[in-house]
Amino acid sequence: MDLSIVSILLLDGMTNGAVYALLGLATVLVFAVTRVIFIPQGEFVAYGALTLAIFQTGKVPGTVWLLLLMAVLAAVLDTRLTWQHTRNAPKALKAGAMTLLVPAVVAVLSIWAAPQQFPLLVQALLTVAVVTAFGPLVYRLAYQSLADASSLVLLIVSVGVHFAMTGLGLLFFGAEGFRNPSFWDARFSFGALNLSGQAVIIFGVSLALIVLLWQFFEHTLYGKALRATAVNRLGARLMGISSHGAGQATFAMAALIGALSGLLIGPTTTVFYDSGFLIGLKGFVAAVIGGLASYPTAAVGALFVGIVEAFGSFWASAFKEVIVFTLILPILLWRSMAGGHTEEH
Amino acid sequence: MKLTENTQRIALLASVVVLAVLPLPDFWITQLNYIALYSLVILGLVLLTGIGGLTSFGQAAFVGVGAYTSAYLTVNMGFSPWVTVFAGLAITAVSALVLGWLTLRMSGHYLPLATIAWGLSLYYLMGNLDALGKYDGILGVPTLKLMDWDIGQGRPFFVFAWSMVLLGAFALLNLLDSRTGRAIRALRTGSQMAEAMGVDTLRYKIGIFLIAALFASLSGWLLAHFQRAVNPSPFGLKMGIEYLFMAVLGGAGYVWGALSGALVTKLLEDQLQVLLPKLIGTSGSYEIIVFGIVLVLVLKYLPEGMWSLVGRWLPKPQRINNWQNAAALPERTKPAIGDTVLEVQAIRKQFGGLVAVNDIGFSIQAGQIVGLIGPNGAGKSTTFNLITGVLGLTSGTVKFRGEVVSGRPSREIARRGVSRTFQHVKMIPEMTVLENVALGAQLRGHKGALSSMLRLDRAEEQSLLREAARQLERIGMGSQMHELAGNLAMGPQRLLEIARALCSDPALLLLDEPAAGLRPMEKLALAGVLRRLRCGGMGILLVEHDMDLVMDVTDHIVVMEFGTKLMEGTPEEVQQSPKVRAAYLGTEH
Repeated sequence: MDLSIVSILLLDGMTNGAVYALLGLATVLVFAVTRVIFIPQGEFVAYGALTLAIFQTGKVPGTVWLLLLMAVLAAVLDTRLTWQHTRNAPKALKAGAMTLLVPAVVAVLSIWAAPQQFPLLVQALLTVAVVTAFGPLVYRLAYQSLADASSLVLLIVSVGVHFAMTGLGLLFFGAEGFRNPSFWDARFSFGALNLSGQAVIIFGVSLALIVLLWQFFEHTLYGKALRATAVNRLGARLMGISSHGAGQATFAMAALIGALSGLLIGPTTTVFYDSGFLIGLKGFVAAVIGGLASYPTAAVGALFVGIVEAFGSFWASAFKEVIVFTLILPILLWRSMAGGHTEEH
Repeated sequence: MKLTENTQRIALLASVVVLAVLPLPDFWITQLNYIALYSLVILGLVLLTGIGGLTSFGQAAFVGVGAYTSAYLTVNMGFSPWVTVFAGLAITAVSALVLGWLTLRMSGHYLPLATIAWGLSLYYLMGNLDALGKYDGILGVPTLKLMDWDIGQGRPFFVFAWSMVLLGAFALLNLLDSRTGRAIRALRTGSQMAEAMGVDTLRYKIGIFLIAALFASLSGWLLAHFQRAVNPSPFGLKMGIEYLFMAVLGGAGYVWGALSGALVTKLLEDQLQVLLPKLIGTSGSYEIIVFGIVLVLVLKYLPEGMWSLVGRWLPKPQRINNWQNAAALPERTKPAIGDTVLEVQAIRKQFGGLVAVNDIGFSIQAGQIVGLIGPNGAGKSTTFNLITGVLGLTSGTVKFRGEVVSGRPSREIARRGVSRTFQHVKMIPEMTVLENVALGAQLRGHKGALSSMLRLDRAEEQSLLREAARQLERIGMGSQMHELAGNLAMGPQRLLEIARALCSDPALLLLDEPAAGLRPMEKLALAGVLRRLRCGGMGILLVEHDMDLVMDVTDHIVVMEFGTKLMEGTPEEVQQSPKVRAAYLGTEH
């Protein structure tokens, strides 16, 4: 192995690592605000990549119908809940309509736009809208009424959601994989190093998203409200911050990050209906490096995971996954030595 | 009770044999054989998840370890399956110990995460190692033979596998109804109470993870020799999640519930695998959509699983008082009345810049009740936690009977004869009052998990229960001993905690607001109990807001305010002190 191979592997690893960083951040974010260990984060990635792939073929992706179905269910639940609280029919119907509004608009827009063969960027935007709209609905349907349950129960719910979303992915996209067209076909050569336009986009978008998230949490009132919920849910609620609203917003952000990650990796690899799980779990390993708490450590950890994976696939490609997931053991050892905190639940 | 329980168990075992002789179609025997294999894994999850409140998605990987170890050693090395089962169990034990030791000292969600990673890497390892036949696996695994009798297939296997499931279930039920079982049940309520009763919570957590892994490994061994072949697919993460699904669906907290979960899941899966592809038009494992949604719905609407619907119709077994003739537990040598039992010297606790306890010092003699009072936020509970080892000291020392105990973990301090109650009652609501109180005698018994499973612990168990019953009668709760602790009102709950503390045969009793929530008559009774304990030579530290009680029973009072000691003296001196009045009521200007 010479320097050029090392540099190629490093670049490759960092490109993947940048995506893992985004997913790791989403995982930390969701855990901090809702205590949910969100195993299905990766499913949003697959949904993102594959929804775009179906748009490319000019058909309406199954995810759009799922979105409508979930929105109707959520709207019915919200209507019922508001009715039980207020016994006021117009108010209850309004609550349901509010829940239904955004997903319905997104779905109708998608159904209209699908056969029109719009340019790639427009389809990408639609994809992001569809997948992001899933976030709050997943929270509403699966987690909201269990928000005060133990984190063990929430974790098992996550596993259930993962099962359901993977199975539905198979139903909508079939067992075959898709590879999306590149957003930017340019190539840059630096000696032996070949930088593709897609890699530049991956780095750019990841960095931009991280900066945006940071700005959002540091400098906006709503970002601070979410941070307050993360520190103390009851306290935040007493200050007028809706913990359900916070949960839904957080899941929307997680879904957005997932969708973008799906768009980013879609052109670099073939994505199958169940690919998201492994990709998401690598983000997870990164999040565990950050103790499910620290954003910068998770991001650095993600780059590390990406690089280990790149070198692993060079030396022992069959054992790539074994290497990456066994990595969690020394990480846990290091964490238990470093922190060693036991939490009183 | 004892007799009927044994009769029931023998009847269950006999019914397995009867079922095997009945002319059931072979298809059903095969289905039931698979259900037996799942059931063994589920038994482990009952202990781990249902009772212990931990969870693992890696049980399928442990099944794989058992299966692959035995398959490899029998096919390639020619060992007998009756030897390789132990090799599989040994490798499983080592991996479980490493995983448990790495993750269980951290908060609860690291274990499931680690087991996901472990399950995945083991799956890919099995699928890529040449020695294990890659994704094709190992073929031609020998069947199980007893002498020359093939018990690895069909009806003989049915009897063999289901006998193991039932024996495993009985062992588990025995374990849960024992000293070790009470400690395991206490894990879920948080470590603080269990540690204060002398339970090494980390050890018990690793222990139940180990037992669960061993059950899984045994199932893998059976599977390998039943299928006569192994390949990675039944050991992947999907199956690991399905095992958890079975347990949760049936009721992870109940042995029979979880087993019925395995039954229902297998039947449901068979139906769905035929029905869904027909409905959808293409083949694929669509049943996971239904599983996923059902899992979420069960957790939402039936968190105790299906068994909670069945269980309420079953008669509750009533414990029979059969401990009258049990041997009394040995008691520790107590200090003579007037000896100093506790010396607190300039203890200090800082949380960052905040000094919560500022160089507090006092002492307690045997046969003395010392009150610790002060306005809310004065640092009384922190002082309490410093003495009992729940919190680490910033500086200062605590001596118990002349020995420095500060810096030791709370279970070590408890072992030396310091027992406590909690300001917010910590008990196990689903256990009876008697069992909760017996938890206090944890350190006075020695029988471990294995003796409990084999019922070799009965003599000691009866002594422990006898002691618990004695302490309950001592505080006037003898009539409520078979009540579920969760059904008690606030006052009796606090008395339960005192009985539990007394059960450990302490020389020093620390009571954190024992009178809060008690009715006047109960308070009078409590005062009587405290006086009798004092006459018996007990040293007592009482943190209490009820001034009537404090002034009535204490010999000496320490007053705290803002973390510092305001004064100490007799109740009369304290009542007359202008400083104390100022602290409680404010000063006149």
